[in-house]
Amino acid sequence: MTLPTYDPSMIGAVLPELLLLALAGLVMLVDLAGRGRRGLGWLSAAGFAAILVLTLYFGRPTASQGMVFGGMLRHDGTSFAFKVLFLFCGAITCLLSLDVPRVGTRGEYYSLLIVATLGMCLMAGASDLIMLYLAIETTSIPLYVLAGFLKDDVKSVESGMKYFLFGAMTSAVMLYGFSLLYGATGQTNLYLLAEVIRGGQVSALFLGGVAVLILAGFGFKIAAVPFHFWTPDVYEGAPTPITAYISTASKAAGFAVLVRFVLAFLPDVSPYWSAVLAAIATATMTLGNLLALAQTNIKRLLAYSSIAHAGYALIGLVALSEFGTASLVFYLAAYVVTNLAAFAIVILFARSAGSDRIADYAGLSRRSPGLALGMLVAMLSLAGMPPLAGFVAKVYVFAAAVESGLIWLAVVGVLNAIVGLYYYLTVLKVVYLYRSDDENKPIAVPRTYALALLTCVVAIIGLGVVSAPWLGWAVRTAQSLFS
Amino acid sequence: MTFPVLSIIVFTPIVAGMILLAVPGQRKDLVRWIALAAAVLALSLSLYVYLTYDRALAGYQFVETYPWIPSLGISYAVGVDGMNAPLVLLTGIVMFTGVLISWGLDDRPREFFAFLFILATGVFGVFVGMDLFHLLFFYEIAVFPMFLLIAIWGWQVTREYAAMKLTLYLFIGSVVALVGILAMYYASGLHTFSMTALEQANFSVGFQKTWFPPVFFGFAVLGGIFPFHNWSPDGHVAAPTAVSMFHAGVLMKLGAYAALRAGIMLLPEGAKFWSPLILGLGTVNVVYGAFIAMVQTDFKYVIGFSSVSHMGLVMLGFATLNREGLTGAGLQMFSHGVMTALFFAVVGMVYDRAHTREISKLGGFSKVMPLVAVAFIVGGLVSMGMPGFSGFVAEFPIFLGLWKAQPIVAIVAALGIVITAAYIMRVIGRVFFGEMPAEFEGHIPPVTRFDRVALVVLAGILILVGVLPSVIAPLVQSGADNVLRLLGGA
Repeated sequence: MTLPTYDPSMIGAVLPELLLLALAGLVMLVDLAGRGRRGLGWLSAAGFAAILVLTLYFGRPTASQGMVFGGMLRHDGTSFAFKVLFLFCGAITCLLSLDVPRVGTRGEYYSLLIVATLGMCLMAGASDLIMLYLAIETTSIPLYVLAGFLKDDVKSVESGMKYFLFGAMTSAVMLYGFSLLYGATGQTNLYLLAEVIRGGQVSALFLGGVAVLILAGFGFKIAAVPFHFWTPDVYEGAPTPITAYISTASKAAGFAVLVRFVLAFLPDVSPYWSAVLAAIATATMTLGNLLALAQTNIKRLLAYSSIAHAGYALIGLVALSEFGTASLVFYLAAYVVTNLAAFAIVILFARSAGSDRIADYAGLSRRSPGLALGMLVAMLSLAGMPPLAGFVAKVYVFAAAVESGLIWLAVVGVLNAIVGLYYYLTVLKVVYLYRSDDENKPIAVPRTYALALLTCVVAIIGLGVVSAPWLGWAVRTAQSLFS
Repeated sequence: MTFPVLSIIVFTPIVAGMILLAVPGQRKDLVRWIALAAAVLALSLSLYVYLTYDRALAGYQFVETYPWIPSLGISYAVGVDGMNAPLVLLTGIVMFTGVLISWGLDDRPREFFAFLFILATGVFGVFVGMDLFHLLFFYEIAVFPMFLLIAIWGWQVTREYAAMKLTLYLFIGSVVALVGILAMYYASGLHTFSMTALEQANFSVGFQKTWFPPVFFGFAVLGGIFPFHNWSPDGHVAAPTAVSMFHAGVLMKLGAYAALRAGIMLLPEGAKFWSPLILGLGTVNVVYGAFIAMVQTDFKYVIGFSSVSHMGLVMLGFATLNREGLTGAGLQMFSHGVMTALFFAVVGMVYDRAHTREISKLGGFSKVMPLVAVAFIVGGLVSMGMPGFSGFVAEFPIFLGLWKAQPIVAIVAALGIVITAAYIMRVIGRVFFGEMPAEFEGHIPPVTRFDRVALVVLAGILILVGVLPSVIAPLVQSGADNVLRLLGGA
């Protein structure tokens, strides 16, 4: 196999990355000029949205395109779909950051966010170990800084530190795994490497060990058990928009590389690795849900719930089928819009009430019926209730499991969904049922937040009710990994 | 038939709910009138469907099919046959009377009616659904508003507990059924969720025996089958009046109906294999439910357990797998729905005025609210299965069918009727007759005009069906034949 090194049409493959780089520079320049403090957020959000539109029109993979830039990147349906998802997350996160004190007016904040997104876009396409590692670090380092962005806030600093230590550790382990893989095969390109392994010259035991090392890195990114320990503390301490971003875009990016990696070795992964992944999925769902039951802080609750959702999404991967991968992509899209909506409400509430405690959400339905309704939609979608995105997404992953004969995994999934429903309902109970002394104080909703929230809610209902086109899109995405 | 009348019925409530949410919350009267208008529209359309259903033709009518998620063979498919046409009408009736009964509700009526209408859309959607995914989708839409309706507007003492218990029970049931449905989908190899197509799937007998329990019992949880009935009395009691009416009157039928459609009709061999178990459990429902109802001291719990008992008869009717039993079960679903809605309406009216439901503290209410007393007595006679009332029309065929299938069950279950008579008499005697406690004298306001309309409508239907069974029985029988077609004339 010869890998083309460069030709001008390849620019399309890195279009979002190039534009993001330009946007990051532009934001920094505007910040330097000292113009329009609040305008920075708008500029970034509009920039993300514009890049999203341009990517949709000019960044589509064509049939002929595959490996680009000497096999560093693969321009296919998967990378395209994930890039779109990341850009969407970026735009919403900027809107959510605008009115957050000590965050929303800082140019470097937005620049870091944009650079992190750039790294994710590269992660989605990376098909070479070196590229992959660089992309992961490009994503992670800005996120470490962003998590600790509130320098005067002990929790935020702790959050950044913890995130950094865990991240650095796991990525070192993962890099070690990469180096062993290279040593054994003499290849860094993922697909060439897979061919060598299929040749059967590498011992299975050795590969198993390497896979464990690499899985540590990916597992950290998606917050799968047992690499999840950082999640609650980091989520709690980080500025909430960043929490929203880490829990959605960063997790999705982790899944993008995981899916590409696992499926590249497809004929070799089953059945042994399928069992390992199934075990991880089971543990992730179960532990996430059980620990979420005891939470009293909404950000920690969403942290554990996001762990659980990584588990559900993994079911789609474990199925190791085209439909399974499609269901995973669909699941991530549904989860991303839902979680962004939930965090939008958390941010708005904290802005007015200064608290993240679930108990303080009492009386929300009287203080702001609209926000309460938004919370209802977000929580029920996370719980998997129709007509919302979470329901169809869950049906798809469970269907994928049943299709691949993993009925037990589908059963584990539905049992977990029941536990999940319990704690989401507990939140809704506080929102709708309990009264509080503050219930006459309305909660201000700035226009930017209303826009972000409305976009997410429309997306949640849209994905749930009219899911056919989106599923079709996810299936085409998945096909690119199986061709 | 190009006019999509069933879709309009399904979406009328939810659209009305969305309109309500857009109305300012302080304009409570406007909210109520919008709610009533939507309910009247839904009721008249469902009556139209009921009356224009071509009985000579039978089979599925008013069918609409649109592709929904074509790549998985999922479609939005609605249609009615003899079994569900009455249930659609029942939902319309309960929705209409429920709005009337809730007229006086003062705490956030906008949200109340919006959630109630989302629930109604879910119920309509299940009753007319002809696609398994469609059925499940609307089934769950019907489940979660219950949580909020009970938790927010319910009886302070138990509402949180009851709402959570109910929601979790029903959700467990539905997700278990979901796994069964997915198994059917892949095992059939037909690549479709359409129920009419899956009827022809010819699943192996072993498959049917394995997967019948999850599907049937998953849905039957909502039908209140023993030993999964526990959520239901608690839920009934904690819910506000209109929600209790919906809950006992319509939602429990939803479970039974879905169990029939997805369980018995799609897995007939499984149904034959497991029918003795259902017969046994149904008998427990009937007899044990009636016994528990007898020892309750709370007026509303009596009615709550009576629903468990009566739904047992529906399950028994299903399990006979013969024409009489299935027809009776279909009639019982309709009759019990109207009857229990009436009961809960009465309980609500009494409670709103007396502020207690302890039977021992009540008495003499027939003097101050005679119409309510008469309505309750009509409901009571239906409940006992007296000839001339709809209960007889429904229960008689069930017992005929039971006798054919398993005489011993018929004998034991008949005990339930005797006990029912006992507790109904006791409630009528204690609550409506006898001495009125001094504290209530002169403090009981009369029932409102809206309440009267609701009671007259409900009681009138019970008597009409009892006197003129031909308005419904042949229709349900055609529905039963539709089921029997798949059971190979068993």
